[in-house]
Amino acid sequence: MIEVKALSKTYGGGRAAIQNVSFSVKKGEILGFLGPNGAGKSTTMKILSGFMPATSGTAIVNGFDVAAQSLQAKASLGYLPENPPVYSGMSVQDYLEFAARLHGVPKHRVAAAISDAMGKCGIADVKTRLIGNLSKGYRQRVGLAQAIAHNPPVLILDEPTVGLDPKQIIEIRNLIQGLGGEHTVILSTHILPEVQATCSRVVVIDRGHVVAEDTLQGIASRMQSNARLIVTLRKSPASLLPKLNSLRGVLTAREEDAGVVGEYGVLVECAKGSDVRQDVAELCVQEGAGLLGLSQESLSLEDAFVRLITSDETTRDMTPAQV
Amino acid sequence: MNTTLLIARKDLRSYFSSPAAYIVFAGYLLIVGLMFGNFFSIFLQSAGNFMQYNAGQRPTLSDNVLRPLFGNINVVLLFVAPFLTMRLLAEERRDHTFELLFTAPVRAREIVFGKFLAGTVMLMAIVTTTIVYPLLLTMVGRPDWGVILASYFGVFLICATYTAIGLFWSSRTDNQVVAAVLTFCTLLFFWLISWAAHRAGPVWSDVLNGLSLIGHFTNFAMGAIDSTDIIYYLSFTVFALFLTNISVEVN
Repeated sequence: MIEVKALSKTYGGGRAAIQNVSFSVKKGEILGFLGPNGAGKSTTMKILSGFMPATSGTAIVNGFDVAAQSLQAKASLGYLPENPPVYSGMSVQDYLEFAARLHGVPKHRVAAAISDAMGKCGIADVKTRLIGNLSKGYRQRVGLAQAIAHNPPVLILDEPTVGLDPKQIIEIRNLIQGLGGEHTVILSTHILPEVQATCSRVVVIDRGHVVAEDTLQGIASRMQSNARLIVTLRKSPASLLPKLNSLRGVLTAREEDAGVVGEYGVLVECAKGSDVRQDVAELCVQEGAGLLGLSQESLSLEDAFVRLITSDETTRDMTPAQV
Repeated sequence: MNTTLLIARKDLRSYFSSPAAYIVFAGYLLIVGLMFGNFFSIFLQSAGNFMQYNAGQRPTLSDNVLRPLFGNINVVLLFVAPFLTMRLLAEERRDHTFELLFTAPVRAREIVFGKFLAGTVMLMAIVTTTIVYPLLLTMVGRPDWGVILASYFGVFLICATYTAIGLFWSSRTDNQVVAAVLTFCTLLFFWLISWAAHRAGPVWSDVLNGLSLIGHFTNFAMGAIDSTDIIYYLSFTVFALFLTNISVEVN
């Protein structure tokens, strides 16, 4: 349903927002697009929605290329941007009517379509109010109602629960879950529990690169991965490797390009839970291998996740209720 | 076309849902009214002089009231137009509603034309309120309605051109003040271009006069509808809309 291939976007000034992003979403699936702030989530969403062209790569929505067949692609999607695209001077009802007509809902079906969307998003009680007088949470829900009013096969939701209170968050998550099956949904978030609560599959993006694309279980099992050490040596580690391999707690040790002339690198993979840094360092010194550096690989997926989870205190506190 | 009208209607409604529109209407009518009163009293004075002493040229309503009145309708429009067109696209950009318009299955030119229509209709509506002054004249005399209708036709063309220029600058920024200032400068530039024509050589003088926004109004003010002038305003408008469309598409 959504097919993203080697998508890159470079903004003016040469700043690359996303690089070589590829993933796919099957029909009826709810895909979580997970990443810290500034990872390139919104950029990807904007390209998918046809709002912004990619620098290179292709994105196919519902069988239509968003760049070459943009009108057909746009006709098959509902989009909730980062900031809800609402007119503060309009009433909720007028606004939804305008948005539905803009998306090609025939005149005689507009009333039914928007009352359905208002019911789903819980905004029927404010339909005559001016959007500018609504709270952030309500505005967000009006934005969501706008995205689903024309009943599009594909929904692109950029951080749909931002600004909502905990009760509303649960309601919206339930709503999104209910949309799966019939609709294909891609939702971006920086909150891990949100993905766990609503999504069947997840793409993790960090600094413009996709670092994982898997089911929730697959991600969870990958999170159990082994710790890795990177050792930099002055001398060739040929004679050192067998000894490293026989150290307790070391799974494998193999030579790796250090990237600098005259230096050698060794990648040591160690069993989960064992800290072999001291042993490795002592061995290298004993063997006179010229130890220059020793570091734990910094950005494992687990680290990325930990950072993501801890970056959002409020939702972490709510996690037990959600999962 | 449906989408164009939908967008035009939305923008017209949003004009009238803010107090600014009503203030502009009232202010415009008031200022033009002051000018009208002034021209009319001067006319009465010179008409009196002419009849008493047979001095100078015989004043007419067309020459002494209508022509200066429409000239000033245009001048005031020059100040009003940027304030009405500045929000058309800049506001959508600032409020992120641009994303609603440009992720809907709608062509850029439908959006641009819808906005253009809303702005033009709004300006025309404001200008049309001044019809009360020619009507007042009709109550006390016999003004030339040929001149009046031709002048309104010319002013309507000017409204379209101003809107198109304002829309272009509104598409370039999310800052409405910047859009208004740039629009005003552009309009003023194409007004004053005819001043330069006075001092230019014979060929350049024609070229500069031909480009002048106000120079092409002269015929309308005399009650003459010349296709040259219509083509000038229309092509100016279409060109500005074309640039706006490009500006929006590459965005």
